Formats: sequence, structure tokens, C-alpha cells
Amino acid sequence: MARTSVGLGADVGLSNDDLVAMYRLVALARAIDERMWILNRAGRIPFVISGQGHEGAQVGITWALRRGHDWVAPFYRSIATCLTFGMSPRDIMTAQYATANDPSSGGRQMPGHYGSHEHNLVSVSSPVATQILHAVGIALAAKVRHTDQVAMTFMGEGSSNQGDVHEGLNFAAIHRLPFVFVVENNGYAISVPAAKELSVEDVAVRATGYGIPGVVVDGTDVLACYVAARDAVARARAGDGPTLIEAKVTRLTGHSSDDQQTKYRSAEELEAEKARDPLPRFREQLVAAGVLTDAVLSGLASEIVAAVEDATTYAEAQPDPDPSTALDWVYAERWPSETPPPWGLGRGSEDH
Amino acid sequence: MAIRTFIEAIREGLADEMRRDERVIVLGEDVGKKGGVFLATDGLWAEFGDDRVIDTPLTESMIVGASIGAAVNGLRPVAEIQFADFIHPAFNQLVSEAARMRYRSNNGYAVPMVVRAPYGGGVHGALYHSQSVEAFFTHVPGLKVVVPSTPHDAKGLLRSAIRDDDPVLFFEHKKMYRSVRGEVPDRDYVVPLGRAAITRPGSQVTVVAYGLMAHYALEAADRVADEGISVEVVDLRTLRPLDTDLLLSSVRKTGKCLVVYEDNRFGGYGAEVAAIVAEQAFDYLDGPITRIAGPDVPGVPYNHVLEDWFMVNPEKIADGIRRLAAY
Repeated sequence: MARTSVGLGADVGLSNDDLVAMYRLVALARAIDERMWILNRAGRIPFVISGQGHEGAQVGITWALRRGHDWVAPFYRSIATCLTFGMSPRDIMTAQYATANDPSSGGRQMPGHYGSHEHNLVSVSSPVATQILHAVGIALAAKVRHTDQVAMTFMGEGSSNQGDVHEGLNFAAIHRLPFVFVVENNGYAISVPAAKELSVEDVAVRATGYGIPGVVVDGTDVLACYVAARDAVARARAGDGPTLIEAKVTRLTGHSSDDQQTKYRSAEELEAEKARDPLPRFREQLVAAGVLTDAVLSGLASEIVAAVEDATTYAEAQPDPDPSTALDWVYAERWPSETPPPWGLGRGSEDH
Repeated sequence: MAIRTFIEAIREGLADEMRRDERVIVLGEDVGKKGGVFLATDGLWAEFGDDRVIDTPLTESMIVGASIGAAVNGLRPVAEIQFADFIHPAFNQLVSEAARMRYRSNNGYAVPMVVRAPYGGGVHGALYHSQSVEAFFTHVPGLKVVVPSTPHDAKGLLRSAIRDDDPVLFFEHKKMYRSVRGEVPDRDYVVPLGRAAITRPGSQVTVVAYGLMAHYALEAADRVADEGISVEVVDLRTLRPLDTDLLLSSVRKTGKCLVVYEDNRFGGYGAEVAAIVAEQAFDYLDGPITRIAGPDVPGVPYNHVLEDWFMVNPEKIADGIRRLAAY
């Protein structure tokens, strides 16, 4: 296991344009996320599951992949990952509203269950950690088909305790698959602190049990995350097998809009965690390095406000799915034996 | 036409599809050099190599979960679960993931995957090598469930399953592997999914069965024929999607329906068949829809006396036919 720490951008092969684009994604993900909570509290969307505090790690790590070529099996906090891998603010926001044209699921899944075939983002489900096996299978196919693709999956440290993780890492390591396993460790599995869900301080030490590298990285340090992922992706693509990256992040919100984290986290702890917010940290880094000027920052700020406003207005205006489509895509084809219920298929969502 | 055992037909079906389509891979426990504990994959590793015939660790969830991922990224995996009894660790991957992937992504993703598993009792396999697990999965929209009964159907249905764009569970009764022989065409043929077959025409009682029970139903029909009872046997072949048209047309003709399954009676697949017949053919019925099924104990017991007590056999079916015919 290695601990990764680096200085600023130029050292790691990223241009200033890259850095600005990465900062924009972190800030955009945060702005969309904050809007989601406002919409929830305003009664516009019933449920929010948040990525606040995770965005720096997600952007830094996802940036190391080749968009439109590699694969990601994300999880429900992966807003910044999905934006980095090609989804748009409208794509994210239509998922919150569960509209007919929501590209993740056409309004079938809860918010947060993103996915996009267009962008090689595997559809998210709610049982946790199942996606590691999909990413491992994708990596297996990449190896068998010689596609030069890398598959990456993301989950929290709570999910990392599931049996599928053991089964997946073992198989990926045996076959040296082009696979990267990312754990976003925010210290809590809903309300249960890490000390009660992990027998070790670092999930990454478990990599030793599979004979693969395990890397702990400060998840509030975007560039350190990028470097860890860049190295892991290079190793995977070269045929040297999987890597476990554990990004230590913070969860700035409750588990979801149905959770009140003040019940199990002290005010002092929550106040202290604000210092680990990746957004201001990345901004200060880039300002100090002269990458972000006042002019660039204010330009980005207004662009992001406009994007969030556009996504919200757009999603609000999209129609709900029609119940007449509810039987579609159970299978590739319709079967006479798969019949509608006695109440039939309504026409027009206003009836339902 | 060549004569093949049930397992030879399956092996040929796998090999033919692997030759036809390089996207087809096989993975599971002992499927490589050993060729599977029942030898269903014997010879495949030698012909197709490590990349396409993969011995896995003892990890059923991974076998299915990785097959889902491999299917998402362009392969057509055929996973083997060594015994259907051991499929339960993969239940979450099958039910929460494979079955829902197309629906939950609004047709963005599909899982063209086959999961083969030997099922069934009567082989001294006891509680954990004898189970019939089909009802767990026929309950799940998004999964297709196939249970062939002849070498011809096994090969033809397996080919259809591999070519299908949805996840297919393919259950093979292990007692039939070497005891059932039959003609298999030399040509490239398929048996379509979702189509039942009338394997014996008759006029007085419809017996609905699948797998090993489809054979026992035919034997039972022979026995009662001497007593003047004309039985029509419907071999369902695919349990989901169900061929309701053929099922209902047979029952509407005979007016009586006996459903036979080896699984525990309570909540078994035959209960759904009975419900469909009751709902859609009630006006044609001249007697109660009845079931001959395995007793409601948690597994098939090992001792041969107990196992014989558990297993549905031709005589138990014949008794059921006689009672229903006399109703």
C-alpha cells in the first residue's frame, strides 16, 4: 500500500485547460447537487441522494479514463463521475424529476440511479456493491475481445464490505483484468461510523489479500486523486491487473434527503468536516497557482448558474412517462403471456 | 438424424454456438479441463482455450455478476452453476440486476446471457443436489426460464437461449443427462423460446409438465390408456414466457387439467399454470385443476425409501389422472 501526495497540476501532466475543466466539473456537480436539495425541500422532487464532499475525488479519478472508450459502473453518489464521463446537467436533472426522456431510466428509477449507454456508464441499482461484478465482467470482455478498455467501479466504504467485493477482486486479480476499484470512504455507512463497519482503518489494506496494489489517497485533493487513478489505469491497460484506490472523502450532507445526520454526528464533527470540502480547496489551489483568475472564476460561476437554471427549467417542463409504456422493455420483445393488469394501460399520465 | 443423450445434445449445442459466434464464452466451476462435473463442457477448453472456457473460483454471485458485465460489453456468456441448489448466492445478481437491467435502463442496456444449471432429484442427491428452483425465477419478469426434456429440444432451445437478447435460465434435469436419448438433427436448427409442445395428443385429460416430469407424464398416459383414458400431454419447454395459447387450447379441448411438477407443491410453478387455466378456461373445465407435485418438505431426503416417497413418478401421476378422469 502506498500513500499518494502530489503538488500542483503541471507536475502531473495536466494543462491549465484541463485544470479549469476539472474545477468546472467539481463546481458544476456541487451546484446541481445543491439545487437538488432546494427542489426537494420545496416539494418538487421527492428524494435526493447526494455527492457533496465526494466531487473532487470523482472528478480527479474519472478524469484518468478515456471517455467514450473505457467503462464506469458508478453508484448513487456519482453525480460528478457521470458529468465527467459525459452526462449533461439536463441528464442529471431529468433523473431527479423522473421524466419520460430521463436518459438514465426513462423515469423508472429513483433519483441517483444514473446510467447511460451512450457514455459507457452502467445503470445503477440500489442493492450496493453488485456493480463491482459488472465492472469485472466488462473488464473480462475487454480482455477477451482485446478492446484496450479499462473498467472502473465506484462505491462507498460501507458497500465495500459486501461479499460481491471479495468475489470480484479475487477474480479480477487472478486474471489480471483491466479493472480499477474505487472506494469513496466518507466514514459513514448511513449512520454507522467506519469504526463499526470496517475492521481496518484503510479499506486499501485489503488489496494485499488479493495480491494487488492498494492506494490511499486524500479524496479532497483532486490532483492526488487524478495521479492515483492515472497510475492505476495505466497499470490496468498495460495488462498488469487491478488496483484498489481508496479516496478519503467527507459526506457533507445526510445520507439522503430522508436522513438527518445531526442525530448521529456531533455539531463539532460536522463543523470540522467542512474544512475537508474539496471545492474550496481545489479553488484555492488553482487560484494560488494562477490557473484560476477572478475573470475565469466569475465566468465559470455565471456559466454554472445558467447551466443549473437551464437543467432545472428543462426538466420541470418534460412530460412524465405514459403508463402505456410501462410494459415496454421487460424483454426485448413483447410476449402475449406477459399481459397488462385488469386496469389496462392508461393513456396520458394525468390519469395516474 | 443422430441419436444423442441429453447431455451430448447440450455439449454439441454449446460447441456449435461457440464455433458459430466468437462472442460466446463459457464460465463456471470445473468447466475447463475437467469439462464440468457432469461433462457438459467436455472438450470445449481443448477447442476454444482459456479465454473462452473459464474455470472460476467457487463464487456463484461472481459467475453471474461478471457474466452480466461481459454481456454488457459485447460477449454472450454461458455460465454454468454446478448444481441449481447452489444458485442462491447469485439470486441478487439474477433478480436485482440481470432481470431488471433492460427495464431499469429503458432499453439502454441488455443482458444476453445464459445461466445453465442441473436441477432435480431421484439421483440420491439429497437436500442440496436435488432441488427444483425454477419457481424462484419464473416469478421474475425480465428472466426467461427454459426446462427442456429431450435431446432435440435441449440443443435447439440452448441455441435459441444463447442467441436471445435477454437473460435465460436453462435448467437441465440431471437424471436425464445419460438416461434420456433421442434423435437430434444434423443440421443447424433451433427450437424457439416461448413455445410449448403437445407430445401426446389426447381428448379427456390434459397433463401439463416439463423436464423429467414430461417423460413421466408420457409413461403415466401409457398406463391409463389401457384403462380407456385418453391423455394429452403438454410439455411446456419454456416456463417463462409461457405458451398460454397452446396450454389453454389443450385444456379447452379436454376440459380437465392436471399439472405435474417435481418442486414442492406450495407456491410451485404449477400453481401459476393452474391459476391461468382457472382464469382463462374456467368455462371449459369439467373438473378441478389438480396438481401432482413434490411434498412440502424443505428438501429431497437422502435415504432411498424417503427419496422414493418424495419423488413424483409415473404411477403417482397415473393416479392423479385416474382421479381427475373419474371426476
